[in-house]
Amino acid sequence: MRIFEIAAFAVRGLTANKMRSGLTTLGILIGVASVILLIAVGNGASSAVQQSIAGLGTNILTISPLRAQPGSTVKPLTTADAAALVGPDSPDVKYASPVVSAQATAGYGTTSYAISQFIGSDPRYFETTNSAVAQGNLFSDNDVQQARKVVVIGATVATQLFPGLDPIGKSMLVNNIPFTVIGVLAAKGSSGLQDADDMAVAPLTTTQNALTGYGSLTQIVVQARSADALPNAQAQVTTILNGRHKITTTPDYRILSQDQLLTARTATTETFTVLLASVAAISLLVGGIGITNIMLVTVTERIREIGIRKAVGAPRSSILGQFLIEATLLSLFGGALGVAAGLIGSQFTIAGIKPVLVPSSVLLAFAVSALIGLFFGSYPASRAAKLRPIEALRHE
Amino acid sequence: MSPVIEVRDLRKTYGAGDTAVHALRGLDLTVEQGEYIAIMGASGSGKSTLLNILGCLDVPTSGKYLLDGIDTGDFDEEQLSLLRNRKIGFVFQSFNLVPRTTALANVELPLVYAGVRRAQRRERALAALDLVGLTDRTHHRPNELSGGQQQRVAIARALVTSPAIVLADEPTGNLDTDSSREVLGILDRLNASGRTVVLITHEDSVAAHAMRTVRVVDGCVHSDGVAGVLV
Repeated sequence: MRIFEIAAFAVRGLTANKMRSGLTTLGILIGVASVILLIAVGNGASSAVQQSIAGLGTNILTISPLRAQPGSTVKPLTTADAAALVGPDSPDVKYASPVVSAQATAGYGTTSYAISQFIGSDPRYFETTNSAVAQGNLFSDNDVQQARKVVVIGATVATQLFPGLDPIGKSMLVNNIPFTVIGVLAAKGSSGLQDADDMAVAPLTTTQNALTGYGSLTQIVVQARSADALPNAQAQVTTILNGRHKITTTPDYRILSQDQLLTARTATTETFTVLLASVAAISLLVGGIGITNIMLVTVTERIREIGIRKAVGAPRSSILGQFLIEATLLSLFGGALGVAAGLIGSQFTIAGIKPVLVPSSVLLAFAVSALIGLFFGSYPASRAAKLRPIEALRHE
Repeated sequence: MSPVIEVRDLRKTYGAGDTAVHALRGLDLTVEQGEYIAIMGASGSGKSTLLNILGCLDVPTSGKYLLDGIDTGDFDEEQLSLLRNRKIGFVFQSFNLVPRTTALANVELPLVYAGVRRAQRRERALAALDLVGLTDRTHHRPNELSGGQQQRVAIARALVTSPAIVLADEPTGNLDTDSSREVLGILDRLNASGRTVVLITHEDSVAAHAMRTVRVVDGCVHSDGVAGVLV
């Protein structure tokens, strides 16, 4: 019967000190919004990684050399290794593309730009990595054999180095060696932590000549005939490489399938999400402690008022109710605003990542904020309610 | 008919052991329906402690306190709050109005806790404010009222629930002469209409309004008699 009246007292108590109520609300708002937003960012990053890996296809194996361990020798992965992987001994292998990569500084006119991945490979590389050409052409097997200085550049490189210009046919300097741009790849977007368009691809032979030298390949990318043939292809590749490298115990290379890559990358981004979520949880906790603090101050400041209310016959439950409702209103209001801020914030791209909302995180953050109000409000409220009227009235 | 207030061997001790302070040492007092009593005594005599216990704001260490024939010693905190709400109207020296709240809302406060409906509450609160002559100040906040006006709001709040007794702890202690006269006039009228009034005062002129004066010395009743004639 009186609950409505008590709620009215609580609202009056909050509006009597708008500044303080506003700041407390802000604390909860930031906590809730950051939980929602940071989890959405983490989730967005991991789904971007999954998409980019899934885009590579499910029939790909990546072979990379391992670092030399003490007491063992490591044979480099060579172009000959790559060539040997395609043949009658490996009926399930469709292609094997040798890949070298390096960082390179490219220049055009007075502009210069550091390309984070300058890749040398063969034309199959574009197919296995799902790279489509947006402008111009890709290079051919003939370009590889002739070691022509041609290059296909990623979208980021195109905009950085040739702003407002058509890059096709232009000659750009890569580590002071002129390359002719023959194509621009379609933009792939960011894969979470790195920009997939910040790259350039040139023929393997040319890249080895100009940049990397003739040491070990960075990778051999093997394409199986189908996704189902992948385990067989992996076994055949292992047999051939073990034979060529005379491996008896531990191999000096590593084979990763897309599945394994996906698992590894997902684990990384999950850690990232957990990290973000825990930072957000801490800010929510700090917001809750803010509420407790404000409620303690409010109660202390209003002990006389509590004494007056008790003197005119307010029962303990109504005093408790009034302060609990005050605390809960603060955190519910802050929580609601925080959800709104989180939802609005997640519409924007943050640090190159498109946030993907997790509905349960919205629910969780809101519920936690409401509980924080009840939990952190209950201590000062019960302290206030327990006072004897005369003690409260004498309080200065 | 049983007396409104019956106090037997009332004791109140603060602290314990060697530092214990005995505010009341076995005080007896009986107040009949419709009486107007002034309690006088030096500071530290225990008169305020007595009034606080009579108002159920404090509990005695030992002894019996019967309010309207009910033994308050059997009551828990919830029942005491109900007693404070229904049976007692308390007027403080320092007014004790809820700050930032209008006079009307202050007077309505006890009725809210009594569960009276909004319309009836408003009607009764306005009637109480009319009784103390403040119908033109209903929407003023305490900081917009003079001391005398604040005390009249406090009296309106004390009588709005039609309590069995009105207790006043030095109601004119913070007021100038004119305001004191108004406040005492209201208390006189309340008593004339049959309400039991118990007030604490230092001043003989205030005590002269009462029918009976009780002097408290060292936590006991020292003398008790009709005004001016102490026995």
